[in-house]
Amino acid sequence: MRMNGKAGIAEPGPKPGIQDHSGQLALFMIAPAILYIAALIGFSFVMAILYSLSDVTTGDPTLRIVGLQNFSAILDNSVFRLALKNTFFFAFSSQILVIILSRIVATALMKEFRGKWLARFLIMLPWTAPISLGTIGWLWMLDSIFSPFDWILRYVGLLGSPGALLGPMQNLYWLGVPGLAMASVIMVHVWRLLPLATVIQLAGLSSIPRDLLEAAEVDGASPWRRTLEITIPLTLPIISIAFLFGLVFTFTDMTVVYVMTRGGPVHSTQVLSTWTFFKGIEGGDLAQGAAISLFLFPVLAGIAILMLRMVRKSEVV
Amino acid sequence: MARARKILGRGGLYTVIGGFALFGAFPFYWMVIATFKRDHDLFNPVANPFIFNEPPTLDHLRLLLFDTHFVTYILNTLWVGLAVVAITLAVAVPAAYSLARWAKGWGETLGIGIFLTYLVPPTILFIPLSRFASALGLQESLWSLILIYPTFTIPFCTWLLMGFFKTIPKDIEEQAMIDGLSRLGAMFWVVLPLGISGLLTVVVFAFTLSMHEFIYALTFISVSAKKTVSIGVPTELVRGDVFQWGPLMAGALIASIPVAVVYTFFLDRFIAGFTMGAVK
Amino acid sequence: MARVEIRGISKLFGEVRAVDHVDLETAEGEFLVLLGPSGCGKTTLLRMIAGIEEPTGGDILIEEQVVTHLPPRMRNIAMVFQSYALYPHMTVYRNIAFPLRTRGVDKGTIREKVEWAAGMFGIERLLDRKPRELSGGERQRVALARAMVREPSVFLLDEPLSNLDAILRASAREELRQFQKRVGVTTIYVTHDQVEAMGLGDRIVVMSKGSIRQVGTPMEIYHWPADTFVATFLGSPPMNLLGEDDILTGFRPETFLPAELMTGDGDVVTYPFEVTWMEYLGAERLVYGNVGEKSHARHVVSRLPGSVSLPIETGRTYPFAVSRRDFRFFDRENGLRTDRSPA
Repeated sequence: MRMNGKAGIAEPGPKPGIQDHSGQLALFMIAPAILYIAALIGFSFVMAILYSLSDVTTGDPTLRIVGLQNFSAILDNSVFRLALKNTFFFAFSSQILVIILSRIVATALMKEFRGKWLARFLIMLPWTAPISLGTIGWLWMLDSIFSPFDWILRYVGLLGSPGALLGPMQNLYWLGVPGLAMASVIMVHVWRLLPLATVIQLAGLSSIPRDLLEAAEVDGASPWRRTLEITIPLTLPIISIAFLFGLVFTFTDMTVVYVMTRGGPVHSTQVLSTWTFFKGIEGGDLAQGAAISLFLFPVLAGIAILMLRMVRKSEVV
Repeated sequence: MARARKILGRGGLYTVIGGFALFGAFPFYWMVIATFKRDHDLFNPVANPFIFNEPPTLDHLRLLLFDTHFVTYILNTLWVGLAVVAITLAVAVPAAYSLARWAKGWGETLGIGIFLTYLVPPTILFIPLSRFASALGLQESLWSLILIYPTFTIPFCTWLLMGFFKTIPKDIEEQAMIDGLSRLGAMFWVVLPLGISGLLTVVVFAFTLSMHEFIYALTFISVSAKKTVSIGVPTELVRGDVFQWGPLMAGALIASIPVAVVYTFFLDRFIAGFTMGAVK
Repeated sequence: MARVEIRGISKLFGEVRAVDHVDLETAEGEFLVLLGPSGCGKTTLLRMIAGIEEPTGGDILIEEQVVTHLPPRMRNIAMVFQSYALYPHMTVYRNIAFPLRTRGVDKGTIREKVEWAAGMFGIERLLDRKPRELSGGERQRVALARAMVREPSVFLLDEPLSNLDAILRASAREELRQFQKRVGVTTIYVTHDQVEAMGLGDRIVVMSKGSIRQVGTPMEIYHWPADTFVATFLGSPPMNLLGEDDILTGFRPETFLPAELMTGDGDVVTYPFEVTWMEYLGAERLVYGNVGEKSHARHVVSRLPGSVSLPIETGRTYPFAVSRRDFRFFDRENGLRTDRSPA
């Protein structure tokens, strides 16, 4: 059976146009995203810088550039310095805890066991619930009078009686005492970000080819050595990514502190984001608010660069 | 001896898992209890807080659903969420596709650039954006949120989708073009259907991000009826200095759980997406 | 059937010349093979003919019409990829029907044609399956059926047999060739496997580093290679090359035989052949060793047919010979074959 000679090249169909041209098409398809981001993020960022150099307030919105006086005013302010310190402290301490804990959870989740789906659901809950609402749950649990933690402590005798280890008072004022308030904020951050870090670490652990670990086992390496010399080095990039992500989220977080403590007691849990909000929106001093928020940027830029390096490095196999 | 080791190992595993599951779920257990506890039982510092000392009640739920704007908050949140998802998909899918396919040279840099904008936080942007929103006359309107939320959903979702699209072999698109589709047609009729799981993951993720957002909503909206659940529950269920804990917990619970369930379904895909995107 | 004409086609990836000013013409209905090592540009050339790669320069004509900048869908070509690129979410039926559906063919005609194409490759009973349920050989047939259902003018294949098991590959090769002969569609086939190329091609285009080295029938390129690249790329083991002056002398291993077998064969050149290694392959023996004085010793290979039972031992030296008419000479500097013989 012979094929009929087909002379019909350039067969019927829509004429070649932009839908075929990959170069032009690509431009068209990326343009909306680029334009949107440039307009809303790029432009706003520039505006934030301009505001910080001006004296804009909600009452007087005209933009007059006045130089760096906002910045010197901020740096003189003790609350700002405290907020700066806290921002770093909360972020780093919570994330170090998260990395260690998430590693443990991820390793456990790599194994098979009954009820795994339920365990995963429960472990993921803190991340999947809206931040403000999960924090509200904690708010009640850390209440100055009705905290169930205090109840347990009283129940086991560590609190509430004259000779008790933690003191004779009825409650520990989790959110009312500066030290405890800070610890509470850190704890909520850990609670919230543990699931995300776990997921990332799981991704990393599952990407290690089994061959490598099996070969090591055949070579006589103990489980401990295998972990130390193979698993950890290979997953280091992804651990760093999890760490950096978590840093970004806690560093810029405003919600947890706002809902839990409003920055109190006596500004002891104030962070840059909440201080920006209080100064800028509630206080009406938009210029100072903008200036305060800009202190976040250098650190975030540094984190971004580190993250990129880590993503490059994580192309292991 | 080995058997005992094994049992110990298993026991250890369950302890660890159990511990962390407890840690994660505890506040939610709390919310469940508080939702149904009578005030008298709830505000009793002496009574055991973990059990119902008095029979449970539906009063808090009733108050929440009928005496507050809670249902409105839920509807507002749904409306904003769906609109934001639609916008995000419309913008991020083409962008991710072209970046995934034409990754040579500027494509790669652009992709990274888009991802990096995710790191310019709302904390820096919310002040200028609030001025922007009022300049457009959108203050106190949900449209301000719908307009602004894609600033964080688009970068992240583009990055996620890039990873997903990269897993679809180029051959298939080229084959589709030879079989008679244009490049655009190939993307639409062949690549997208194959990437459905990625698209769904992005939908869930974008919706969740939008639902969780706090600072923009707090800044742009103060009228009670226009609030989303994320800011409505913490701010409106407080009368003066008194927290109405029962309804508060009920509200937090109702708003959290459904999303959590859906999210968990997509967890595997999300991990896969992360692996593609980050661990190539 | 259509003729494909390639005029001065080039493709640059940045600085790299993947395809460098290639001219080529196919005959109607011929099975043309593009052969070369990986990176030689054969696949890039194929993709430019298909339209999924944009040439940097030059023109492509199919059936006298310039198609250089037309999108693939307008060229009336069909292509089979190395991976077969079957649509995983569609049944075999819908896979095969796809090229017809994109052109708006009506359902009745589609059914006819799909069944006809499926019948051509014996896969009628697989029409309701999904690609993941099929074996490698079955997938290949589906890909072929899909390509043929439109009765294209030109048929392009990119190493479609390399994913098959070795045993399957041989029978698939035979079927493909017979099918092409029956149907008579102009076919361009890319491979790096010279055995495949020799077995399938009416003509073979040998490529290296983006350029064509030689175009010819299998006979022509095997027995009269245009340069040292072609001479050593074809043939396994490759052609032996000797000489230190400006002319190299080449002869194929199967022409290098024990001298005693070559008596009466006319003009013959004899070499003392010191055997270093031997491989017994059943149908033949490969004997590796050196010729020439110790300081200028060159490594050569002899291919002894199994029918030759002469005992050969490693470590010993035997007189081996080549008939003069089996010599091929190459200019050392540019590698081209020449009629000049060494001094």
